[in-house]
This record gives sequence, C-alpha cells and structure tokens, in this order.
Amino acid sequence: MHIVVCIKQVPDSREIRIDPNTNTLVRQGVPAIVNYYDLHGLEEALRFKDTVGARVTVISMGPPSAEKSLRQCIAMGADEAVLVSDRAFAGADTLATSYVVALTIEKVAQEFGIVDLVFCGKQTLDGDTGQVGPGVACRLDYDQLTYVEKVVALDEKNHTITVHRHLEDGVEVVQTKLPALITVLTELNKPRRASLPGVLKAAQYKPVVWSTNDFANIDRSKIGLKGSPTIVSKTWVPEPRKVNTEMIDGPSPEAIAADVTKRLWSSEAASRLGWA
Amino acid sequence: MSDMKLEQDQKQTPSENAPKMRRDLSPSEAVHEKDWSDHKGILIVVEQRGGIAKKVSWQLLGEGRRLADKLQTHLSALVIGSNVSGLAKEAIYRGADNVYLCDSVELENYRTRPYSKVCLAVIREYKPEIVLLGATYTGRDLAGAIATHLPTGLTADCTQLDVDENRLLLASRPAFSEKMLATILCKQYKPQMATARSGVFLALPLDPTRQGDIITIPSQMTEGEIVTQVLDFLEQTDHVSLEDQEIIVAGGRGLGGPEGFVMLQEFADALGGVVGASRAAVDAGWIGHDHQVGQTGSTVRSKLYFAIGISGAVQHVVGMQNADMIVAVNRDPQAPIFKVAHLGIVGDLFTLVPALTEAIRAQKRNSGSVPVAL
Ligand SMILES: Cc1cc2nc3c(=O)[nH]c(=O)nc-3n(C[C@H](O)[C@H](O)[C@H](O)COP(=O)(O)OP(=O)(O)OC[C@H]3O[C@@H](n4cnc5c(N)ncnc54)[C@H](O)[C@@H]3O)c2cc1C
Ligand SMILES: Cc1cc2nc3c(=O)[nH]c(=O)nc-3n(C[C@H](O)[C@H](O)[C@H](O)COP(=O)(O)OP(=O)(O)OC[C@H]3O[C@@H](n4cnc5c(N)ncnc54)[C@H](O)[C@@H]3O)c2cc1C
Repeated sequence: MHIVVCIKQVPDSREIRIDPNTNTLVRQGVPAIVNYYDLHGLEEALRFKDTVGARVTVISMGPPSAEKSLRQCIAMGADEAVLVSDRAFAGADTLATSYVVALTIEKVAQEFGIVDLVFCGKQTLDGDTGQVGPGVACRLDYDQLTYVEKVVALDEKNHTITVHRHLEDGVEVVQTKLPALITVLTELNKPRRASLPGVLKAAQYKPVVWSTNDFANIDRSKIGLKGSPTIVSKTWVPEPRKVNTEMIDGPSPEAIAADVTKRLWSSEAASRLGWA
Repeated sequence: MSDMKLEQDQKQTPSENAPKMRRDLSPSEAVHEKDWSDHKGILIVVEQRGGIAKKVSWQLLGEGRRLADKLQTHLSALVIGSNVSGLAKEAIYRGADNVYLCDSVELENYRTRPYSKVCLAVIREYKPEIVLLGATYTGRDLAGAIATHLPTGLTADCTQLDVDENRLLLASRPAFSEKMLATILCKQYKPQMATARSGVFLALPLDPTRQGDIITIPSQMTEGEIVTQVLDFLEQTDHVSLEDQEIIVAGGRGLGGPEGFVMLQEFADALGGVVGASRAAVDAGWIGHDHQVGQTGSTVRSKLYFAIGISGAVQHVVGMQNADMIVAVNRDPQAPIFKVAHLGIVGDLFTLVPALTEAIRAQKRNSGSVPVAL
C-alpha cells in the first residue's frame, strides 16, 4: 500500500487578531502550524503502516518554510515528504491548488510507486473551504469519501475501503474501491507524538522539492493567480448588529424575573410566538 | 472539454494502473476570452434525504428569488433523488420559476459521481449564470466536484449574497475564525458558484398558487457503473436540529457542569424551547455537539434566544445574532454578549434561572397560553 497525505502549513488562525485601529489582520507572531485536520489524516495513514504495512508519503504545496511542517510529519513516522514550491503557485484558489496537488500525486505515483489512498483534511484553518479534497479526487478520477470519522475496514484483496461519513443527522456507512481519496474529521483518531527515532530522522531529513520545471506537462495557465477563477475583492470587519440593550435590574432575582417576563410578554417576539 | 460520458468507471486495481489525470478539467486561457452572455438565470441545487428537503435548500430559493428579481432573470431548482417529484412541486411553491427533476432509483442515496453528473448535464444544457448549493456536508462534497469538472470558481460557506450591475455575484464569507468577512468574485467564468450556510437566509412561505414547468432530466449513470455503495445510514435518533427552533435557551461555561444543563432544560421546558450551548460547554462534555450554536455549530434564527453564562465570543455571536429577541444573563457587566442582547441581566445565573423558570410558569398559567407546539 502506498498512501499519500496532503498537508497545508497554515497560520494558527486562533491566534490571529484584528487591529482595532486599522481593521486589518495582525499576522505578526502568529505561529505557522500543520493544519490540524491533516495530522489526523497522517495518523490514519500511519496506523495502516503499523497494521497492514504501508508506505506513507506526505505532500504539500507551499512556500519553502513549509519544510518545517513536512519535517514534523517525518518525525511522526512518514516515510517521504515532497514540497511543491514555486512563486508561480502563489495566489492559487482551490481550483488551481487542486490542479497542482493532483499533478504532484501523479508524479509521486510515477516516482515512488502506485498510490492506493489519499488523505486530505476536512478543511484548513485559513482558507477553510474544504474544496481541495473533492477537487483533487475529480482530477485524479478517484472516488471521494468526504467527512470521514471512522475507517471501518480496508479489504486489500478486493481493493475496497469502508468508512463512516459524518452527516448533519447521522452517519453514513459507505464503501468504495481503491484508489480513493478521503477527507478526515478530527474524530477519526488521536495523532501520535513524534518518536525519538522519528525526531532524529527528521533532523537530518531534506524533503524532495519540486518546482514548475519538474512537471513536464504542467499547464501554466492553470496555476497560481492566473489559474484561479475566484478573486478576493475585499475583506472587512462586519459591523455588529445595532441593538438597544435594555439592562434589567431589581431588588431580588424574583423581581428581575417578573420584570423580564412582563417585557417578554409585551414584546414582538411574544406575539410572533403566539403568546400574547 | 469532456462530455458527460466519462470513461472513469473502468477502474482497475491500483497495482495495475497508475493514476491518470483528466487534463481537460481545468481552466485554460481560452476560457478567459469566452463570451458568457448565453448564461442566464439562477440555479439552486435542492438537497434532500428520504424525500425531505434540507431547510437550507428552501432558504436558498428564498434568497435566489431576491437575486433573480434583481437581475430580472429566472430562478430554477434542480431536484435529484428517487421518488422526489413532490419536492419539485414544493420548489415551485417556494419561489422557483421552473424545476429540473431527475428521479431515478439509483439516485436514492447521495453519491458524488451520479449526482455530479446530473448537475453537470443540467448546467451544460441550461447554462445558468449562478449556481448555489447549501454548505452542508453533502452540498460541499457535490459543489467541489461540479466546480472542478466545469471548471469554474466556487466560493465556500457564504453568509451574504448579492449581485451588482455587471451581474457579478458578490459572495461573502466569514474568514479567519469569523473575525472578518471576505467578498469573493468570479469574473471570468460562468456559472458563478457558491455554497451558502444554513440558517442565514429566509425561506419564502409556501405558496401553492405558484406555477412553473417541471423538466425531466434523465439519470446519467446506471447502478452497474457506480463504484461507491452506501451500505447503511445510522440515524442519530436524539439529533436536535437547532436551526428549526423558535425558542432556544443556550448555556455556556458559566453553567459550571452538566448539572447546570439540567437546570437549563427545566427553564427551556417552561418556555417550550430547546437547549443550546456554547462551544466551551460542548467541549467540556456537558452537552452534545448538536446543541452547539456558532461558527462550528448551528446558525439559528429563533424568535427568542437566551444566552446564559455565555461571554459572547464572535464565533458564538455569528450563530445567534439573527434571533429576533436575545436575552443575556451574565455576572460580568462587561461581557460582550450584552452588545447583541435586547435584554441584559447582570447577576448570578444560579439564582436567576430558577426565578425566571418560576416566573415564566406563573405567567403561562395566568395568561392561559400553553407552550407553543414545536
Ligand atoms: C479568507 C480566504 C477565503 C478564501 N475563500 C476561497 C473560496 O471561497 N474559494 C476558493 O476557491 N478559494 C478560496 N480561498 C483560497 C484558498 O484558501 C486557497 O486556494 C488554498 O490554497 C486552498 O484552499 P483551502 O485552504 O480552503 O483548503 P481546503 O480545501 O479547506 O483544504 C482541504 C485539505 O486539502 C489539502 N490541501 C489544501 N491546500 C493544500 C496545499 N497547499 N498543499 C497540500 N494539500 C493541501 C489538505 O489536506 C487540507 O486539509 C480563500 C482564501 C482566503 C485566505
Ligand atoms: C475556529 C473557532 C471556532 C469556534 N466556534 C465556536 C462555536 O461554534 N460556538 C461557540 O460558542 N464558540 C466557538 N468558539 C469558541 C469561542 O471563541 C469561545 O471560546 C466560546 O464561545 C466561549 O464559550 P463561553 O461563552 O461559554 O465561555 P466563556 O467565554 O468562558 O464565558 C463564560 C461566561 O459565563 C459567565 N459566568 C460565569 N459564571 C457565571 C454565573 N454564576 N452567573 C452568570 N454568569 C456567569 C462569565 O462571566 C463569562 O462571561 C470557536 C473558536 C474558534 C477559534
């Protein structure tokens, strides 16, 4: 088995603040991390490696600094890491990103061996679209299983995989044929810590780096800003809804409760609810 | 551009066959120069399970109606499933001018390939300028596939939609953990596609006098050609759908533990409502994730919303700020929740909630009003 795990290095958006004076994002000092959904994809791949034996290749499209995230994946137990990095990739939306990620998987398959399974995260912390996984699956012509919270069975003989897909109102049990692409939820597993041998390997490790020139058949009109149909035209901090807050006070909880109840019953909401 | 009868279904075992990309799937320079003026109208892809439509689909028809009127164009719905002709009618009653109906046994359960092929067939034939889907798990799965095949731009998880004088879709979505909104355009490709969040837009009331054509679309794959199999659906029986509730009583970290939610449930029962929660309470394990309101939970539009022991973080507020009437209880007078509340009470929730429960019960006894049926 050869499993490819797609990872993206992202700013930890939980740490991003808005400058109240300029209404712009403050990115300084925001740590870059591996998109945490992707670590769950890696963990699942590593479990296959531990149980049935698999080769795990981690790939990322990103700036040179994303090497750090790839090394973290090596430390956790991935066998190989590929960084696809080129200024020409900058400004990619999900259509252009999935093109390059799919090309990379194709090249990984040619150079490191046939790919059986691809893991992506449910979504990223920054772009947050969840569109790259389905895009890559379409381009590779793999069947896609999205929002997977459990891998139930892998049948190596019949080349099938069975999973639980999480939906709003329940869980769908789905089976498909390999090769397939799976996007994962955090419920899937608990990512392991790096092992000592892993850390030692990672310290020495240099990821394979590919740029546009390494892809023989790349169509340059499909990458980066040029290959991206969507354009972010503006970003702004939304005005909070203006409400006239009435603060209720009183001598006792009971008095306050009675006052609130009275106001509720004379409110528009009460008539909409058919109370009054 | 590839046509509908794709060759992908002769899948071979991975050891025999290296992946081959379908290189015809991405935009090329030629696309940019294309004249798109033959693309007209708005298409809403209706999502259903077991013949029941997702609320977001009707909400999108409501919003789609507004946009179509502004563009002076038509609004269409696409209904896919098995035994779903009733939904096609309902789509007309909910605002569609016409409906494309693809009704076939192998479409009973959602599966990416057969569903996306139906969507692609309709989009290529009828050429809408805008295509909208719900940003549900299924909607995102499907939209991602369609946009890649067409190809076109896809904006994710929008909470505001509009159109401008150049007929561009202004699709706005929260960014950076809801701290900002970003407006995204797709200028050089048609259709312009977006998924939109449930609970944000308003559905139109059912109007059975509305009329429109229902156009039958053939299914694009036979069962034998479909690799993916849905083996089972484990329905979550205690699932609560906050999005449909009229009265929500939400509790946060201030409740201190699961016992706090027992008290809150009593209050909710007195009001005839259901219990909601902040992420802090859900993450602490005091109540299930179904109950979570906010960015990573439900977006609600209830008529009445109580926020009890909830500070009012932006990720919570985005999920409840559209409630008609918001009442906040918090012991911290500076808590940001008071900025969005209509009524605010500063004090200890452990004495206020039982008092409120009693007062509501008394009022209901006196006014003879029974809790609203939900
Ligand atoms: C505020 C903001 C809003 C945006 N909105 C949109 C939008 O509406 N539509 C749109 O098309 N683009 C949008 N983009 C651009 C989008 O973020 C980029 O295209 C990005 O390269 C990939 O999308 P994502 O981060 O949403 O990934 P997702 O689709 O959320 O990622 C899913 C998974 O795909 C894999 N993956 C994603 N990126 C990479 C990568 N570079 N290398 C390897 N694997 C990867 C990972 O496994 C990841 O978990 C937006 C960007 C920003 C900053
Ligand atoms: C990417 C991301 C997504 C998120 N998504 C969501 C989401 O969907 N929904 C969500 O809710 N949050 C979400 N959050 C988390 C959010 O930022 C807050 O951390 C969370 O909403 C806080 O929950 P809380 O208000 O219950 O807790 P706290 O912020 O700890 O507030 C507790 C409040 O209770 C009050 N209190 C305490 N004791 C009493 C008492 N005895 N009487 C009266 N008042 C009392 C306190 O004054 C305080 O204001 C998200 C965060 C991130 C980064």
